Amino acid sequence: MPTIAATDNLVEVENVNFAYDSRQILKGVNLNIRRGQVVAIMGLSGCGKTTLLRLIGGALRPTQGEVRVGGKAVSRLNHDELFALRRRMGMLFQFGALFTDMSCYDNVAFQMREHTDLPEALIDDLVLMKLQAVGLRGAHDLMPSELSGGMARRVALARTTALDPMLIMYDEPFAGLDPVSMGVIGQLIRRLNDSLGATSIIVTHDVAEALELVDYVYFMSDGVIVTHGIPDELRASDKPFVHQFVHGETDGPMPFHYPAEDYARDLDARQA
Amino acid sequence: MGAVTEFLERLGGRATGAIHRLGFASRFLLLTLQNSGMCLRRFSLVTREIYFTGVLSLIIILVSGLFVGMVLGLQGYDTLERYGSSSALGVLVALSLVRELGPVVAGLLFASRAGSAITAEIGLMKATEQLAAMEMMAVDPIGRVIAPRFWAGVISMPLLAAMFSAMGVFGGYLVGVRLIGVDEGSFWSQMQAAVDFREDILNGVIKSLVFGIAVSWIAVFEGYDAPPTAEGVSGATTRTVVTSSLSILALDFMLTAFMFRGA
Repeated sequence: MPTIAATDNLVEVENVNFAYDSRQILKGVNLNIRRGQVVAIMGLSGCGKTTLLRLIGGALRPTQGEVRVGGKAVSRLNHDELFALRRRMGMLFQFGALFTDMSCYDNVAFQMREHTDLPEALIDDLVLMKLQAVGLRGAHDLMPSELSGGMARRVALARTTALDPMLIMYDEPFAGLDPVSMGVIGQLIRRLNDSLGATSIIVTHDVAEALELVDYVYFMSDGVIVTHGIPDELRASDKPFVHQFVHGETDGPMPFHYPAEDYARDLDARQA
Repeated sequence: MGAVTEFLERLGGRATGAIHRLGFASRFLLLTLQNSGMCLRRFSLVTREIYFTGVLSLIIILVSGLFVGMVLGLQGYDTLERYGSSSALGVLVALSLVRELGPVVAGLLFASRAGSAITAEIGLMKATEQLAAMEMMAVDPIGRVIAPRFWAGVISMPLLAAMFSAMGVFGGYLVGVRLIGVDEGSFWSQMQAAVDFREDILNGVIKSLVFGIAVSWIAVFEGYDAPPTAEGVSGATTRTVVTSSLSILALDFMLTAFMFRGA
């Protein structure tokens, strides 16, 4: 990994451990996210990716180690400072998490109305611009229940970028989408990141889609970063873990079976 | 011996669990009150919820009030007739309603109509990560989602109880005066003379306010505390109805004991 000047990093995760009760989720994670880049954090379901995003957003506190965003340790901020930081962050939740009691328009306008004193006429322009950027200006008065999964994700993306955040986090943005919607979302992530001058973190297990659009990749397994690099390095990697993951092979170091007793002995024991 | 210890352990576990939850709910109420500033300043947030909890409960409240009042008219006449005092029917109907049935029955209906809806809505918002998303947008869900619903319930409940009682009195009038033929003049004048504003009406309003606080508190807490699954939300909705109904009846006994000691 090329050495990077500290000031270039928007997010720095340093030796972070995290446990839910006694279950250790993250075991000493180190990673840096450079300003302006789109970075993917990949790994199997349940390896701690989403937990990592929540730590960066300050929704959880690490049991050990430190997460810094823009040089500030997130876990040491008080409530007001954390909320001030969050105004400059956006997070796209796995299924969009649109407010179901508001129209698409009101969803996108939500943060503008909560956090700014902008006149309604200006908010109107901004909301339509945000919806136009995701191609859904025509759907502005639909309710979230009337949208398809891909459309809901795009409206959520417009809402996430409503206040032009410096950091955008995506939790499984491709989950459950058809190939066309997936491509659209992927393109939007790239385009919005570059046009807003933002930094993006994508947590995903959709390898093919993610490798196409990101600048840098971290691979996680079982709570640790196992490898990282630019997409081409990972495609060419001969590490068994990475190879199995990138090519979606069933045979490899990642076990198919949940840990269990010896199969034959288990069957015998149940018959007895 | 083992069974006894196990039983005691389970009993103790239940008790400490319940107390822990009560403490948690109390802190939650405190937090809701602390974060109420925004919704009281932007009162449109509360009015919107008053529409959902109050206005949409009107039909069930008014129809039930009418029927309860009509039944009171029939039953009351039947009993009073035996003592030759059927002209006091208006008093009986009005006092039963403003002191007891108005606040209690309206409270029970409110818990099952509006309380369950609030719990289900908040529970689903949590299950679909809407509350987490709001928090990530630097908007506190307790101030933005919980507090408006809480205050809407507190404000709606006394109004609904009053409308229930008014409708009930009208129902009693329909049956007593129009159907059975009790003298209209004595029906209204005895009612007017016997119902005291402070002693009867104000106490009834206080009751309904207390029930409103209890039901709204239970409903928002159960919703916020619901496990984010389908079973979790359905369980929380059921608990809202059961717990608030029982609380209404228990609180009613306590309030009645303080208010009407026959002094």
